[in-house]
Amino acid sequence: MNESIPHDRVQETAHPLAPEGLAAPELPALPEKMSVRDLDFFYGDSRALKKVCVPLFDRKVTAFIGPSGCGKSTLLRVLNRMYDLYPGQHAEGQVLLDGENVLDPKLDLNALRARVGMVFQKPTPFPMTIYENIAFGVRLYEKIGKADMDERVEKALRGAAIWDEVKDKLNASGLSLSGGQQQRLCIARTVAIQPEVILFDEPCSALDPISTAKVEELIDELRQEYTIAIVTHNMQQAVRVSQYTAFMYLGEMVEFGETSQMFQAPKESRTQDYITGRFG
Amino acid sequence: MTETAAPQRAKASFDARALIVSREAALKRFELGDRAFHTLTKSSAIAVLVLLGGVIISLIHGSAPALREFGFGFLTSQSWNPVTEKFGAGPAIYGTLLTSFIALLIAAPVGFGIAVFLTEICPFQLRRPIGVAVELLAGIPSIIYGIWGMFILAPVLQATLQPWLIAGFADVPLLNDLFAGPPYGIGIFTASIILAIMILPLIASISRDVFATVPTVLKEAAFGVGCTRWEVVRRIVMPYTGAGLIGGVMLALGRALGETMAVTFVIGNAHKIHPSILGPGTTISATIANEFTEADGVLYTSSLIALGLVLFIITFVVLAASRLMLARIKRQEGR
Repeated sequence: MNESIPHDRVQETAHPLAPEGLAAPELPALPEKMSVRDLDFFYGDSRALKKVCVPLFDRKVTAFIGPSGCGKSTLLRVLNRMYDLYPGQHAEGQVLLDGENVLDPKLDLNALRARVGMVFQKPTPFPMTIYENIAFGVRLYEKIGKADMDERVEKALRGAAIWDEVKDKLNASGLSLSGGQQQRLCIARTVAIQPEVILFDEPCSALDPISTAKVEELIDELRQEYTIAIVTHNMQQAVRVSQYTAFMYLGEMVEFGETSQMFQAPKESRTQDYITGRFG
Repeated sequence: MTETAAPQRAKASFDARALIVSREAALKRFELGDRAFHTLTKSSAIAVLVLLGGVIISLIHGSAPALREFGFGFLTSQSWNPVTEKFGAGPAIYGTLLTSFIALLIAAPVGFGIAVFLTEICPFQLRRPIGVAVELLAGIPSIIYGIWGMFILAPVLQATLQPWLIAGFADVPLLNDLFAGPPYGIGIFTASIILAIMILPLIASISRDVFATVPTVLKEAAFGVGCTRWEVVRRIVMPYTGAGLIGGVMLALGRALGETMAVTFVIGNAHKIHPSILGPGTTISATIANEFTEADGVLYTSSLIALGLVLFIITFVVLAASRLMLARIKRQEGR
């Protein structure tokens, strides 16, 4: 049923969150890489997301902000079906990736996760060498020779701005790196698989300010090639890295818009209260 | 004390000096109790060391005549002759190590499989029942495994698996010696299977516990790059828990090495090193259990105690190694 919606129609539909008549000027008709439509999510019986609608525009960074427990991370985990690992969690509605419904039970999850990569709150280097951390993911999908693999690993590590720090110890354990380096290694690992969308779940919350700056810079560069969604508790970070911001509260999508507009002139009073620190 | 405490406190609030005095008295009382408690726990702990030391010393003392008589040859000699009083531990050590090794070969993969299923794959409602069933398996007394092995497993193996193995490997060089007939039913191989069943719950439950130490987010990250469950288990969970898994296996090895009753029933009790694993053999503990009542001469008794000493040293080394490895995974977890 969901597949029957033609791709081009999906992209042309006015944004569901925009108030009537305001859609055209405020939200230009950018191509939507992913579109979340009327998404409900349940942990057992408790409903964590309520009719959430939000687009992820192609090659833009969309920040998700909101108080803890508002459903930001849950939403992110729906986008690559990470919730599928756990029985009792289920989603209803539509999540379209290039017009194809991600929630389709027949979908190949490994293929989906190759297209929609994820970087977690805590760095998660695999228990293997730095080189293998990158090569491991690549090898799952491609059979390539040693020389090509070396090249891919270097490219990924350069892409994550960590090459210079690790090039002399590629055979050291990924766990031997500092927290900030580990996080960039994880970004490199994600990038190496050449996904189309990258999800960042509070990627800097375990990092010091200098590492945070590096990761933010990196996210800004990655925007050239990837569609990015980032969950963050740090408003300044949302302002710095994102072009679009979504404010969520108690499982609802309260407001979505351009980041500059959201932080300067939010339409909703709840958004205003949150970003000025009156609650949350 | 409670009756006096209230007026005392009322007075003390007026008199700071009295307060100090009563506090000092109380502190002295605490100190006394503390010291008694300290001594009590310390002596309990020391008692363990004393017991351990006592066992070692009496084993060494008891085995001294045999070791003096046979020297290091005791470890390798194959003779076990109460009439001529020539004793050697060769077949017993060989049987002990071989049965335990084969048991591990069988039980480790199955135990890991159970643990992976329970931690990664099993539907939530089934987790507890299966876990409990595995632990109940560990609770069955070894004598029951013994009679079951003797009266049920051994005849079944004799009629089915053993002839098949003998026929199947008859033309394979090297391996045909390992699986040479006739099918006795009882023997090293049957004892190994019984041991495997007995240590399976231990391996399964320890591996399950160490698998549970893998952070969820690490597994999610692996799923996030598109790993299948098999790849996550093989490339993430197993390497992450490597030391702990080996520790668990060694712990099981320690149990297998010392297992007596069930093995005594099905191993055949032959003091001979048979080239075929289907043939009868013996283990250290089976020999001791079988023969301690009939050991009359000094040398005979002493030889049995020397066997015990050998077993003690083997299991001590294995258990120490396993503890070290389990400690390593704990440190890793705390990181």
